[in-house]
Amino acid sequence: MPRLFIPPLLRPFCEGKDEVFVEGGTVLEAVHSLERQYPGVIDRLCPEGKLRAGMSVTVDQNVTPRALAQKVSPESEIHFLPAIGGG
Amino acid sequence: MATIDKTKTTEESGETPKYKVIGTRPIRHDGADKVTGRALYGADIKVKGMIYGSILRSPHAHAIIKSIDTSKARALPGVRAVATSEDLPEPGDKVAELGEGSVVLNHLSSNNLARTKVLYRGHCVAAVAADNIHIAQEAASLIEVEYELLPPVLDVLEAMSESAPVLNPDVRMEEAATGEKSDQPTNIAKHLLYEKGDIEKGFAEAKYIVEREFNTSTVHQGYIEPHVATALWNNDGQITIWTPTQGTFSVRQQVAELLDVPSARVKVVPAEIGGGFGGKISVYLAPVAATLSRMSGAPVQIVMDRTDVLQATGPTPGSHIKIKMGVDADGHITAAEAWMAYEAGAYPGSPIAAGCMCVFSCYEVPNGRVEGYDVCVNKPRTNAYRAPGATNAAFATESVVDELCEKLGMTPMEFRLLNAAKEGTRRVDGVTYPRVGLVETLEAIKESDHYKTPLKGKYQGRGIGSGFWFNAGLKSAVTASVNSDGSVSLLEGSTDIGGSRTAIAMQFAEAIGLTAEDIKPYVVDTDSVGYTDVTGGSRVTYATGWAAYEAAQDLKRQIIARAAELWDVDPDLVTYEDGHVIGPDKKACFKKIAVELGTTGEPLVGRGVSNHNEPGGAFGTHLVDVEVDPDTGKVDILRYTAAQDCGTAIHPAYVEGQIQGGAVQGIGWGLNEEFWYDKEGHMQNANFLDYRIPTCYDLPMIDAIIVEVPNPGHPYGVRGVGEVPIVPPPAALAAAIYDAVGVRMETLPMSPPRVLHELLKKES
Repeated sequence: MPRLFIPPLLRPFCEGKDEVFVEGGTVLEAVHSLERQYPGVIDRLCPEGKLRAGMSVTVDQNVTPRALAQKVSPESEIHFLPAIGGG
Repeated sequence: MATIDKTKTTEESGETPKYKVIGTRPIRHDGADKVTGRALYGADIKVKGMIYGSILRSPHAHAIIKSIDTSKARALPGVRAVATSEDLPEPGDKVAELGEGSVVLNHLSSNNLARTKVLYRGHCVAAVAADNIHIAQEAASLIEVEYELLPPVLDVLEAMSESAPVLNPDVRMEEAATGEKSDQPTNIAKHLLYEKGDIEKGFAEAKYIVEREFNTSTVHQGYIEPHVATALWNNDGQITIWTPTQGTFSVRQQVAELLDVPSARVKVVPAEIGGGFGGKISVYLAPVAATLSRMSGAPVQIVMDRTDVLQATGPTPGSHIKIKMGVDADGHITAAEAWMAYEAGAYPGSPIAAGCMCVFSCYEVPNGRVEGYDVCVNKPRTNAYRAPGATNAAFATESVVDELCEKLGMTPMEFRLLNAAKEGTRRVDGVTYPRVGLVETLEAIKESDHYKTPLKGKYQGRGIGSGFWFNAGLKSAVTASVNSDGSVSLLEGSTDIGGSRTAIAMQFAEAIGLTAEDIKPYVVDTDSVGYTDVTGGSRVTYATGWAAYEAAQDLKRQIIARAAELWDVDPDLVTYEDGHVIGPDKKACFKKIAVELGTTGEPLVGRGVSNHNEPGGAFGTHLVDVEVDPDTGKVDILRYTAAQDCGTAIHPAYVEGQIQGGAVQGIGWGLNEEFWYDKEGHMQNANFLDYRIPTCYDLPMIDAIIVEVPNPGHPYGVRGVGEVPIVPPPAALAAAIYDAVGVRMETLPMSPPRVLHELLKKES
């Protein structure tokens, strides 16, 4: 099952866990799986089913351009991180 | 030049080189125009009927705009239009995604023409267009603005205090991870937190702990060409912008959003660009020039002078950073903690997130905690500058590492090799690295002649520093048109700052089996090529190069199909290899088949796009020798070597140029550069005489060592190159100064007065 890493400030909503095993074939499905385990968390991660402005999704070491639509494998790691820009 | 050139190495050893074009050093396609002065930069653009714009800028760092009276300016003969923020659409609270990051449009609009408040000296308040620049400037001086002065806040820690004057009433502190916002207005726009492992346990296991605080000053990208925009708002509603920019499509989107017109009605034509380094992504002049054009009916050109550039365009932030690191008796890092506050300038958006993610990026940290704050102050809105946020962070971390090495009795090289991040290392923000080359850069420095040559003189010292940058992928598009003589015109949307035209053409040439000289690359306007993200994030050679590779593959497929039809054979029996199309009993080189196909069917046009996300992070390690004058505190650089993991170096000379240029900018940041403000928030050194960037007279040759650890996420192994080399210099210089004279520098820049101050403090 994919592992969704929980940012520190979101951990109080996930019983203090720093990562959670989730189900799903995409990032969005993984987030819904997290929501089923910890109701209310989706509104903080991606309200209205969209990635918040200024946030990015990293799947398996790389920021994905497909955001919540990115496919994930059972071995995938999913991270929600602030979007960054280069110079 | 101490370059490790893999292509040359294989040639000398008699082995067949892996590539024919990649790794060679052809003359750049735009070289002749640039060295003869024929290249057209922003201010060279002339449009029929063009008039000239001038900006009225705020003399105050923080004030409410009570009223603006433009009547005297409008009455001046020769004045064609006067604009204030009332002439821009109200942007509401919309957030625009600009490819590399997002922006609150209200903030961007107010930064172009101040609405209710001015937030830094130099903030644009009104603009005039007139028949010539002299009338425009005089008219701007006739505009009467009534201000209600407010106290400015210039220091990041002061701005965080509850008693600080608040710049933006709409700003609330947002928790980056959850989106939750504070109730009250504040200068703290964002809070970030990353944690890994058990920080308390990590420090409990440490034999040595070092905890220090650091300050870095506001510094500018220092591009030589000032900002310029020329705009024509035509009678049919079409807007054309001519400007030197890092991203034509980004300018198009910003202009369209700010002026509330469809993107398709805006065409952005790139001028040649005299440097950007991140500072020519945000718009300052284009929406204003377009508005003046709409009002006057004439094309309008606005050119900044150096004072405008330094006072009013985005620098990189000053910062306050606390670092605490612990190591066990063997030298392994047991815990690392950082607290970081970055100046955002007038509006939110400092690179604090990247700083937080880079601060311990060079090390295997089992237990870590990083906390960051994005803080508004009365300075220009910050913008990107090569590896935004990483240089501040590396200066702090690497300085603590150097002190830990001293306590451990280990050399900085031994310590780094012991603790270096490598494939599989999990950063404190949680992400693991793919194949990366930090260890290889350390080993390259260790094997260098520089490292093996001992220092000889008194007051001389040696320092080492490492740095990391993520690099980016993002979107690029390329179109390849085959001409009737078999040459190729390559259209691309990535504006060329560091020779990328040629680096992209070389990848196309490699893929199709031609020479770089057979390809003519053109950087074209937004109506002439597919969407392409900014020239930034060290992405162009990686991403636009990949699009060019795809365009070549597309052409190959077309050539194979058309040749099979021409030769009346099964397409499965036709291949394309090494610049030749090969059938069962026929073979033709690219040029020959191109000529033949050109007279027997439709034109050959290849299309390539990319949006790949495996840019391969890059590391660099720098070694510097300095000599410190104990009487003046002046630091002279005796020798400098920079090793960098560049993946596959497409054009080694351009890679060396990027490494050298980045190192020089990092040296300037480390030793000289800073914005000087008086207590009213007036910048006192807004010119290149007093804001001192290093010149060739200040520096020895920077030796560049190209380390090639190919990126598995690119057809040719490309990694971004442009940003990493600015990261290590301040840290390496600080270590060298300590080695030379025994003082730890904790504030940038390490200018003569600061070094002398520390020397005198040590003596007393």
